[in-house]
Amino acid sequence: MNPTDLVDRASLRDDVPAFSPGDTLKVHVRVVEGNRERVQLFQGAVIRRQGAGVRETFTVRKVSFGVGVERTFPVHSPMISKIERVTEGDVRRAKLYYLRDRVGKAAKIKEKREAR
Amino acid sequence: MATKAIVGEKVGMTQVWDEAQRVVPVTMVKVAPVRVVAVKTPEKAGYSALQVTYGVRRAGLLNKPEAGHFEKAGVEPGRRLVELRLEDTSGYEVGQEIDAGILSAGEKIDVTAISKGKGFAGAMKRHNFKGQGAAHGNHKKHRAPGSVGACATPARVFKGTRMAGRAGASRVTTLNLEVVAADPERELVLVKGAVPGPRGGLVLIRDAVKATK
Repeated sequence: MNPTDLVDRASLRDDVPAFSPGDTLKVHVRVVEGNRERVQLFQGAVIRRQGAGVRETFTVRKVSFGVGVERTFPVHSPMISKIERVTEGDVRRAKLYYLRDRVGKAAKIKEKREAR
Repeated sequence: MATKAIVGEKVGMTQVWDEAQRVVPVTMVKVAPVRVVAVKTPEKAGYSALQVTYGVRRAGLLNKPEAGHFEKAGVEPGRRLVELRLEDTSGYEVGQEIDAGILSAGEKIDVTAISKGKGFAGAMKRHNFKGQGAAHGNHKKHRAPGSVGACATPARVFKGTRMAGRAGASRVTTLNLEVVAADPERELVLVKGAVPGPRGGLVLIRDAVKATK
């Protein structure tokens, strides 16, 4: 146990679902416009999870109007109202940077199927 | 000069979310309640300060002069004796306890500690010199300090010329840091940003003397 865990515990969220690189997520992000707040959806594939504890972050990649967009979120950020896992991916590595060089069908991630 | 001060030990760094849900880097400082052992006044000592102690030390680990000093003050012996220089010590008395409650969130403070020792360090690390180029025929002089003086006049190197040598392990004060949280119950103070020194090092906290507002 780290001596700083005492303070970190208050910042950790307990409603984060289990997900790993290759999964497709729907991230519900709180956006504050002036004094109004709304929820924006960011859907894409997780290409990395990095760090541990309060400092852990994950990166979601999607292709929007032909342009690749990547957003990195802290896992325990209060800006995220909800994380939904859409599909579970079948990938062989922890960092899926190779997706950046691929377009179209080649950039598709196989979906994980239940073992028979 | 400072109007209030307290002493603590650095625990380490982490991060918290602020009310706008942004990440704030914070240093955790353990601030146990301190006990006043002696009050120094300009009349008697020539300056005003509080001599305080914190924590506990077994009686067997004290030498006789130390034990006598604590006994005379009627204060339980602590880890060490620290002097906190203050503008005015008239409100304090021997035996009084001061805890992290004197600080509040949002307050500006100055933090003093002994910085981490760097050993024998070159001019780039010790004095932030630029070093020299990587290319243009430079050979094995990339981190060298360059010229240290002129030629036949003055025919010597001036005193105080910045060169390589022992770096770090000196008393460093960081001004105008912000208190993010002060919790006397958990004996914790969270300070925004970095605090000099290693984990476990002694940290002096006082209210900011050059605060702008």
